[in-house]
Amino acid sequence: MRANCWMGRGKVEVQDVPDPQILNSHDAIVRISSAAICGSDLHLYDGFIPTMKKGDVLGHEFMGEVVEVGPEVRNLRPGDRVVVPFPIACGHCWACENELFSVCENSNPNAGMAEKLLGHAPAGIYGYSHMLGGFPGGQAEYARVPFADVNPIKIEDDLPDEKVLFLSDIFPTGWIGAEMADIHDGDVVAVWGAGPVGQFAIASAFLMGAERVIAIDRFPYRLRRVERMGADPLDYEEGIDIPDALRDMTGGRGPDSCIDAVGLEAHHATPMYAYDRAKQATRLETDRPFVLREAIRSCRNGGTVSVIGVYGGFVDKFPMGSFMNRSLTLRGAQCHVQKYLRPLLDRIQRGDIDPSFVISHHMSLDDTPHGYRIFRDKEEECNKVVLHP
Amino acid sequence: MTDEDRRRADRLARALGVASLGLGIAPLTASDVISRLCGVDDSRSARTMVRLVGLREWVHAVLLLGSRTPGPLVWTRVAGDAMDLSALGLAASNRRGHRRARILAVTAGVVGITVVDVYAALRGTRRRKPEGARAGTVHAAITVNRPRDEVYRFWRDLENLPQFMIHLDTVRDLGDGRSHWRATGPLGRTLEWEAEIIDDRPDELIAWHATEGMIAGNSGAVRFTDAPGDRGTEVRVTLHYAPRGGGAATAFTRLLGEHPDQMVRDDLRRFKQVMETGEVVRSEGTPEGTRTTRQLRQRPAQPLARGGFR
Repeated sequence: MRANCWMGRGKVEVQDVPDPQILNSHDAIVRISSAAICGSDLHLYDGFIPTMKKGDVLGHEFMGEVVEVGPEVRNLRPGDRVVVPFPIACGHCWACENELFSVCENSNPNAGMAEKLLGHAPAGIYGYSHMLGGFPGGQAEYARVPFADVNPIKIEDDLPDEKVLFLSDIFPTGWIGAEMADIHDGDVVAVWGAGPVGQFAIASAFLMGAERVIAIDRFPYRLRRVERMGADPLDYEEGIDIPDALRDMTGGRGPDSCIDAVGLEAHHATPMYAYDRAKQATRLETDRPFVLREAIRSCRNGGTVSVIGVYGGFVDKFPMGSFMNRSLTLRGAQCHVQKYLRPLLDRIQRGDIDPSFVISHHMSLDDTPHGYRIFRDKEEECNKVVLHP
Repeated sequence: MTDEDRRRADRLARALGVASLGLGIAPLTASDVISRLCGVDDSRSARTMVRLVGLREWVHAVLLLGSRTPGPLVWTRVAGDAMDLSALGLAASNRRGHRRARILAVTAGVVGITVVDVYAALRGTRRRKPEGARAGTVHAAITVNRPRDEVYRFWRDLENLPQFMIHLDTVRDLGDGRSHWRATGPLGRTLEWEAEIIDDRPDELIAWHATEGMIAGNSGAVRFTDAPGDRGTEVRVTLHYAPRGGGAATAFTRLLGEHPDQMVRDDLRRFKQVMETGEVVRSEGTPEGTRTTRQLRQRPAQPLARGGFR
């Protein structure tokens, strides 16, 4: 089959690779109809996530048709149309029973590797390093889906792919970002990063009752998009101090909730940026936590900072004093997608939201490397690329 | 290296520290005499250079005498020697006659000192033998989301163990608490031994020791307790490998790998997978399933060409 493979920093290639096989009795094989490139794939593309190997198949946002099931799969049959959540969950461990699917205790065969870096291991994730399981991803014609009786959601009506595809990651991720931010009616929410995940966080914040959402980014086309969604755009490249601007916009209080939808590759226009870049390049810190620092400093006293942007390892200059003395709450998660599949599908069916609004590009699988490049370099007003294998 | 080796290396390093102290005195107090002896008194910067060398010797002395484990710090002396030798080489290259002869004589002396320093530095940094090769204890724990009696029963059927213990090929129950174990060690070497259950308290504890074969003298125990809050069963494994096994103990610890704790923890994780999901979870990165010694040398996460169920 054809699949998009990681070939080193800054390089992906569509190659012929062997078809996936059933390896465990709960597996299914899915023929992929739509897949997407995620902002977090760009962290792999830029070489910031450890334990990737040349030839790894990328992609963790995908959906398609079940073509084969293992002997223990009871609730899926060939022909079923499914969306596959990006974290792999076993459905039986304590974490899964408590709906903490992205920290499933059984789905990461390389948990020992992850423990060394993270202390305890999170779940396996498709196409996202060996530390997170070494599972081939879904930017391919076929994918093996472990624990198929637990993970995928069956799409039984005729909703088109582009309306349900993002249930695999970015819609629930934006949603959990807003949920962890503890939003109440009338709140002001600031979202760093107006990419697709930030856009879903904004949409979710409004659905949860936020009165005002401020979106921080530097690309005019993205800021225009979020403005159309009803958010107030804030362009940090205009030389403004973000915490100052936010203080001003909120009458001196600061936003009630701050959402970091950027993660470890933050950009900013201050001398601290050079400091972080240099430390990251020399591996003195793995992540550039500028947004995290800014979100913590900006948040109102007693407010909540919610982190859905991906971090990989360690940060420094963490404003612990601000966090502790001002009674902040800091929450973070890889989204527990499985928990949100049904309720968010219901919302799509009811017409509360049409997730296809993020799509800017459709491409064939063979054009994936081009998609990575324009998404990373923000060319052609690239907002979200959907691949059609 | 043994602790005794380390102590000797540190003693040597401290002796060099004292020597550094002495070597620094003359250049600092009589730089003119030293530069004359070295044949470089024709250069105006020579006295400053000589004083700096003396000062540096004292830095070495402070480092070597001030550290509790000065062995590796001898490398700073080696670096200083390299500086001296290059400075002397430079000085020799643009002088003739008796000055050149003096420089070469001093150089010979410095080379001698360098040899001693390199020897001491190498001794001071020789690596310890890997932990795994020594006798010791391995401990690991995991929580399994199943009732205690079920977890105990599965483990008590020793023939189940190879399902999740990666180094085991087979365990045969010989009855009366005795069992025959077979494992593949490094380089495909087969290790076999017999074990005997020495304590068996249903739903609480199973303890065994090896009685015959390559790892006689080793023992282990697994304890089962209820996890708080209805979270299932806490499983704790302790393995002892005794020094009286000699070479056999070494073979056994090699079997456990360089990080025996990690290996046992991974075994327990697979035990949990089997108990909770019914099988060991495999990914294309580790398609071998229970044979996950391969975890250390993974292939890219590409689908398998052949395979499927093993």
